[in-house]
Amino acid sequence: MQPPPPSHDGTPPAAVAPVVELHGVTVIYGRQAALRDVSAVFPGGAIGLLGPNGAGKSTMLKALLAFVTPSAGAMRVLGLDVATSALEIRARLGYMPETDAHIPGMSAVAFVAYCGQLAGLPPADAMQRAHEVLYYVGLGEARYRNVETYSTGMKQRIKLAQALVHDPDLLFLDEPTNGMDPKGRDEMLELIRDLAHNKGVNLIVSSHLLPDIEFTCDHVIVMDKGAVATQGALDAVRGPQGRVFELRVKDGADRMAELLAAAGYDVHDSEEDVMRVFVPGEAGAEPIFKLAAAHGLQVRHLRQSVPTLEDAFARAVGAE
Amino acid sequence: MPIHDQGYQRYKGERFQTGAGWQVIAKAGIRNVLVQRKYLGLMLMAWGPFIVRSVQAYAAANVPQASMLALKPETFRSFLETQAAFVFFFTVFVGAGLIAADRRANALQLYLSKPLSRWEYVAGKMAVLFVLLLAVTFLPAILLLFVQVGFAGNFSFVRANLYLIPAITLYSLAQVVLASMTMLALSSLSKSSRFVAVMYAGLIFFTSALFQAVRGITTKSSFAWLSPGDSLDVLGDAIFRLPLRYDLPVWGAALVVIGLIVGSAVVLERRVRAVEIVS
Repeated sequence: MQPPPPSHDGTPPAAVAPVVELHGVTVIYGRQAALRDVSAVFPGGAIGLLGPNGAGKSTMLKALLAFVTPSAGAMRVLGLDVATSALEIRARLGYMPETDAHIPGMSAVAFVAYCGQLAGLPPADAMQRAHEVLYYVGLGEARYRNVETYSTGMKQRIKLAQALVHDPDLLFLDEPTNGMDPKGRDEMLELIRDLAHNKGVNLIVSSHLLPDIEFTCDHVIVMDKGAVATQGALDAVRGPQGRVFELRVKDGADRMAELLAAAGYDVHDSEEDVMRVFVPGEAGAEPIFKLAAAHGLQVRHLRQSVPTLEDAFARAVGAE
Repeated sequence: MPIHDQGYQRYKGERFQTGAGWQVIAKAGIRNVLVQRKYLGLMLMAWGPFIVRSVQAYAAANVPQASMLALKPETFRSFLETQAAFVFFFTVFVGAGLIAADRRANALQLYLSKPLSRWEYVAGKMAVLFVLLLAVTFLPAILLLFVQVGFAGNFSFVRANLYLIPAITLYSLAQVVLASMTMLALSSLSKSSRFVAVMYAGLIFFTSALFQAVRGITTKSSFAWLSPGDSLDVLGDAIFRLPLRYDLPVWGAALVVIGLIVGSAVVLERRVRAVEIVS
């Protein structure tokens, strides 16, 4: 497979050739399988890697970076084999790790320029890019401060800056909004969205936060317990056409959930006593009322809602 | 219309091929040391013995009454032995944090997400110590040889002791590689630079004390293999064609030094990873 042509003109990348492919990948830590026979294809653009903690999202990114060696399977990134071309791949990749990470004893601009040089940029270009990228991520005014004095939100931003400084063709963002306040989180998501949709950078966002993925990504791969639960375009993963209802019944929520599940509806909890019921097709709320009436249950609240990725996620991982 | 777009720009400039990352690490590390006054002061002190020996060479060449001060082959061995103290200080102060600080700041995953292999990372870190230690061992020793030639006005001393050039080179390398590899291995074992410094000092002083204790009890100096520092001394004696100070055979001393270097490489291979897997 040929790698996708690098799009250095600022246009969105051609979403034809996959940027990442995994075929039967298994990663084992000790006796614990972190990834189990995972096969997935990541098309270009913005891809969300969604799943609860421990689902194997970070392990997948680390395997793609050749930080961990799979015990089985094959992986290709930007058309290159991870097993044999790890350094060539990393030269075209940017990685924003989940955990706090920086080079100690450096100012922000020195740190980002240093990362640029490590990625192969000449010193003068690396320094110029460092200034530009720090302005882009919103750290322009704080770029001469030592990174160790930064707040959590600023550290997230500088991790993004060091991943961007060498202008990668593909970005791995591992929980990019971790620990950020609401305003900072919104700004970070805007940056990610801008990179993917206006600057032509392919990116993979790993997150357990559904709204983050919904806001930034076009495609999603849902992971659970080390395996891919579902994958596809965001609209397709949201599921078939149908309606989602928020439902609350009097003294019998569990019983109602059982009845709905037995009748073949997808049901999962959203709040304390409110359940979300997916009704396929155009049937509307009538079957729910009929079912409640038939079993003597009182419907106290019923409101139509928009099917969200959360519904798809809950269906994919089998959550109740 | 904006004068300059501060948004994200695609990069269209040149890129270096992979494999040069270690030089970036080395240059940054050396620069970081040389901008600190305490290390500049230490470097100046480390060149003190060179100045003393240069004055000695000058006096021997120009003052007839001081001819007994003329540099001899063993002077160079003795000079490098003096420099061992500065090798220790530079190794402890500069080397302890080289990997430990990166581990504390989770920097390894940043380094290794760039087009940089684990051995390039180690090479870059090692080059920092390597260059600094050669600057206090090989460089002044070889310069001293040139100073001797300069003051004597002829090459007769160098011609008569031609082995001194490879001897200085080989012994300096043995000193520097042993100190660098051992320190880097220790530095990769902890996130605390202070703890690493204590471990290194302990390795040097404790093993030497242990050797002296065993020697005192058994009256045999063949136990010098217990101490890396004393083993290196034996190796140095052999390299400079001097009588061995302990009963340890040269191959035994060489084995200790090589063993420590190989052992350190094994530790680095296991510890320098982007992901720490606890099984």
